[in-house]
Amino acid sequence: MSVVEVAVGWVPLAAVLLLAVAAAAAALDGALAARAAGRPWTAGLPVPWLETARLLRQRRRSTVAADRPLAATGRIGLLIAALLMVVVVPLGPWTLADLSVGIVWFNAMDVLVWAFVWLAGWGPNSVHALVGGYRFLAQALSYELPLMFALTAPAVAAGSLRLGDVVAEQQGLWFVVWMPVAFAVFCAGVAAFSVWGPFAAAAGPELAGGVLAESSGMDRWLVLAGRWALLAAGSAFAATAFLGGGHGPLLPAWLWTLVKTAAVLALLVLLRRRLPTVRPERLVTPAWLVVLPLVLLQLLVVSVVVVGRG
Amino acid sequence: MLDDVVFWVLAAVAVAAGIAVFRVDSMARATYALAVSFVAVGLALLLFDLPYLGVVVVLMMVMEMAIMAIYMIMFMGMNPALMPMSMVHGKRAALAVSSLTFGLLAAGALFVPWPSRRAAPAGDLVTSLGQAVMGSKMLVMMTVSAVLFATIVAALVLALPRGRYDRLGEDLQGDDLPGDDQEHRR
Repeated sequence: MSVVEVAVGWVPLAAVLLLAVAAAAAALDGALAARAAGRPWTAGLPVPWLETARLLRQRRRSTVAADRPLAATGRIGLLIAALLMVVVVPLGPWTLADLSVGIVWFNAMDVLVWAFVWLAGWGPNSVHALVGGYRFLAQALSYELPLMFALTAPAVAAGSLRLGDVVAEQQGLWFVVWMPVAFAVFCAGVAAFSVWGPFAAAAGPELAGGVLAESSGMDRWLVLAGRWALLAAGSAFAATAFLGGGHGPLLPAWLWTLVKTAAVLALLVLLRRRLPTVRPERLVTPAWLVVLPLVLLQLLVVSVVVVGRG
Repeated sequence: MLDDVVFWVLAAVAVAAGIAVFRVDSMARATYALAVSFVAVGLALLLFDLPYLGVVVVLMMVMEMAIMAIYMIMFMGMNPALMPMSMVHGKRAALAVSSLTFGLLAAGALFVPWPSRRAAPAGDLVTSLGQAVMGSKMLVMMTVSAVLFATIVAALVLALPRGRYDRLGEDLQGDDLPGDDQEHRR
């Protein structure tokens, strides 16, 4: 299956699709939260919409001597990074830009998140937000290298940094089958750069919300929506790079991409309720001493297979 | 035509953000003005049909500036880094050195007779870059990366002779009472 680039006019539709998938994930999370609280799960489904309506009517909070341009950049940046990520992710046979360096592009966009989260923490001139921003950078030092090497595995296997080639190479056998470690590490990395689930210490409640502490109204909506959008974009990339993208029987290719994205996203949302939040300083040792060597071993296996196959 | 417009816009952004680095009064703004400048340069590389180098410049420079924010708190203490401050010192000497360097480089760019292209660029630039780096230039790259890493570690050790691992021990579980600094535990 080859991937073709579509016209620029489809960009707004891709953005709407990403937000719809992100909203669906937030709705699932709301339903699970409602059920855990003893209410019927249907009561939690409209949470993203109710929360949006509430935040749209909320007054904007401002702090003394805030760095407004930097705060605004950080808050809006997460959503923009997520949108730029999906630019290279093909939906079945169509993609917005089949860059020859698509995987590096995705990586660069997830590094932009470092800057944006820190800026969102720095901007309000508030101690809780600032500590949250620094927590994220500390966490980033742990997750980024394993994430980068996990991204390298599909690139080595496909012999290309182009996502179209990565999808084509998975004809018959998905990469997740022979690079499960890279897949798992990548999924954890997605949760980590989304400041979400077990990796949400930078926005933790024990820090009065951390990077979210001083944001309200539209500002807060942008950060929250940006986190869900990052999670959705990361899941779409995982579905493409490890789960065969549009490959699959019976259903059309674009639907397969959506189904696989939804599956990864649902798995992340379900797992979140089973896992505690990890403190960034506790993450460093296992990340560098266990996860990084494991990913490198995975990469070695992939490289040996590729060389052996000729 | 479009390429020209994009180039000039990126060039203007890069220079303007570069000037902003020295004009703003906050470390955070200076750091991210520099990041914007580098991102503009990285995107300009895309116009040379060097997508890998362009995207990697964006990736590395944004990461570097984020790390800069860590160093800024580590080594400047809380107050100077977080308060408004001037971004320049040693103005005269710095101005002289940078003007001279700029003049030299600009003169070189303008007056050196550039050779005309003799061969066509390789089809797959990413692959040929990889082969250059991992093949004939392998020894250089390996040496440079080790030297760079040693420099970073050495600079950190010199700049931070008594970090928290010195004061609190390997497991960070030691005492760190005010006034107890003289007889720190190992």
